[in-house]
Amino acid sequence: MSELTSLTLADARDGLRQKDFSAVELADAHLLAMEKARALNAYVLETPERALAMAKAADARIALGKAGPLEGIPLAVKDLFCTEAVRTTACSHILDNFVPTYDSTVTSQLWRDGAVLLGKTNNDEFAMGSSNETSYFGPVTSPWRRKGANTRLTPGGSSGGSAAAVAAHLCLGATGTDTGGSIRQPAAFTGTVGIKPTYGRVSRWGIVAFASSLDQAGPFTRTVRDAAILLRSMAGHDDKDTTCADLPVPDYEAAVGRSVKGLRIGVPKEYRLDGMPAEIEKIWEQGRAWLKAAGAELVEVSLPHTKYALPAYYIVAPAEASSNLARYDGVRYGLRETGSDIREMYEKTRAAGFGAEVRRRIMIGTYVLSAGYYDAYYLRAQKVRTLIKRDFEQVFDAGVHAILTPATPSAAFGLGEKGGADPVEMYLNDIFTVTVNMAGLPGIAVPAGLDGQGLPLGLQLIGRPFDEETLFATAEVIEQSAGRFTPKPWW
Amino acid sequence: MSVDAVTVRRIAHLARIAVAEDEIDHLQGELNAMLAFVAQLEEVNVAGVEPMTSVTPMAMKKRHDVVTAGGIADDIVRNAPATDDHFFLVPKVVE
Repeated sequence: MSELTSLTLADARDGLRQKDFSAVELADAHLLAMEKARALNAYVLETPERALAMAKAADARIALGKAGPLEGIPLAVKDLFCTEAVRTTACSHILDNFVPTYDSTVTSQLWRDGAVLLGKTNNDEFAMGSSNETSYFGPVTSPWRRKGANTRLTPGGSSGGSAAAVAAHLCLGATGTDTGGSIRQPAAFTGTVGIKPTYGRVSRWGIVAFASSLDQAGPFTRTVRDAAILLRSMAGHDDKDTTCADLPVPDYEAAVGRSVKGLRIGVPKEYRLDGMPAEIEKIWEQGRAWLKAAGAELVEVSLPHTKYALPAYYIVAPAEASSNLARYDGVRYGLRETGSDIREMYEKTRAAGFGAEVRRRIMIGTYVLSAGYYDAYYLRAQKVRTLIKRDFEQVFDAGVHAILTPATPSAAFGLGEKGGADPVEMYLNDIFTVTVNMAGLPGIAVPAGLDGQGLPLGLQLIGRPFDEETLFATAEVIEQSAGRFTPKPWW
Repeated sequence: MSVDAVTVRRIAHLARIAVAEDEIDHLQGELNAMLAFVAQLEEVNVAGVEPMTSVTPMAMKKRHDVVTAGGIADDIVRNAPATDDHFFLVPKVVE
């Protein structure tokens, strides 16, 4: 890792403005690091020529004193975000030659603010997975290893490539999307910071859709401050997404370092699971102690419908996915298999183009929406969702400002270790994160320590709707107390 | 509730995904594992509870009914597997 790739996003921003180094030098250092780290499979497409052209333009704007908030900052973009003239696949065979003629709103805002595109990162196919193993391009290998072992571990999923790229210093920040935990779980597994903002905080336009009432984009970075900087550029109102909130975007960075004295932090008793590793319980207790020492008041709270969030999610998300993914028909874009008639063409195209997990979710979604089953499954799940949201509302109404939980029920596991026989085994990874999507709330994962095997563990903070600022302020206290964690390069 | 082989074939057809005979057994097992998992929801008392239809409370945005984009037919068909002029080509639909 060179000096330039070890900078935080905030330090790089300040260094560029002071002309300590150029955006081209910064991009070059990262492109070199990416080349050396290809064994991780974090990127599915590197865009060196574009990166250097963008960096050159950034240097010119810096020279003119017209630097944007992210001027010259090299970023990685999850392959779920459409990028103009740059292949976008959602890591699915069905989209493997798709080259968008437009940028997503999020990426266009990043370029507006001066950021530089290094490449597109690997993810689970259509963001359906928790280990990056469902990607058509193969899994990402985590830059982290267990002490004294060389077992290949997952960086988590679905945004596994973005998390690994940030952790391994292959970019200064990256975009991700989170439908049930796909930013927070990989952030926890890789010792990085990841925030899923409030539903509606960030435009979904131009992001390949998975489950539209749950999907939300957010950043991955190595520090809380960096996440605040990046979210400010990603967020904001967009006429092209009717669910995108028409609210001003605060200066999130100003909230970093704000005191948490007097904040009431809820600790939900339902997140204490039977059989949860002692180290997870220990890190959670440590997090409570840090916040208490910083002047926050810790209170036990109850979210009684917590255990129903994951089963309700596995009705709502596949139902919405089956509808969203109906567009992949071999007609307008993507893969097409030949058939004797149009129906055979559809069926063969979709069988060849979708991987096993995606096919399974489309089928379960089709079933729960089909005639005779809609009320028993889908309608009931949407009612349970109302109850899950109500649990949170009652806690916040009682004066709680944020809720502290573990981010994941375990540290990272090995590739191929989970979900082989029973898909539900993999789904349980999202048990602490999925409630937040179901209720549309903001949640941040922040590194809190290492387990006995030397792997990162994260804590999650859940906030009131559109109060990402309290999450940044509180997460900063955890970061200051816990320190930062960097994997030792072996690649 | 669980699905039998006939239902698996029917769902696959509804989803427009070709499924080979030798995949049915496996798929049936996986779908039933998911259905067994979500069956816990039957314990929840949902009497009188409104289903969630909007994640964050907000007034539906409206706009004037005018053309906001257009004249980009080349872009629209650019990624299509088969086109002729600005039309998408599909196998014969009507006899």
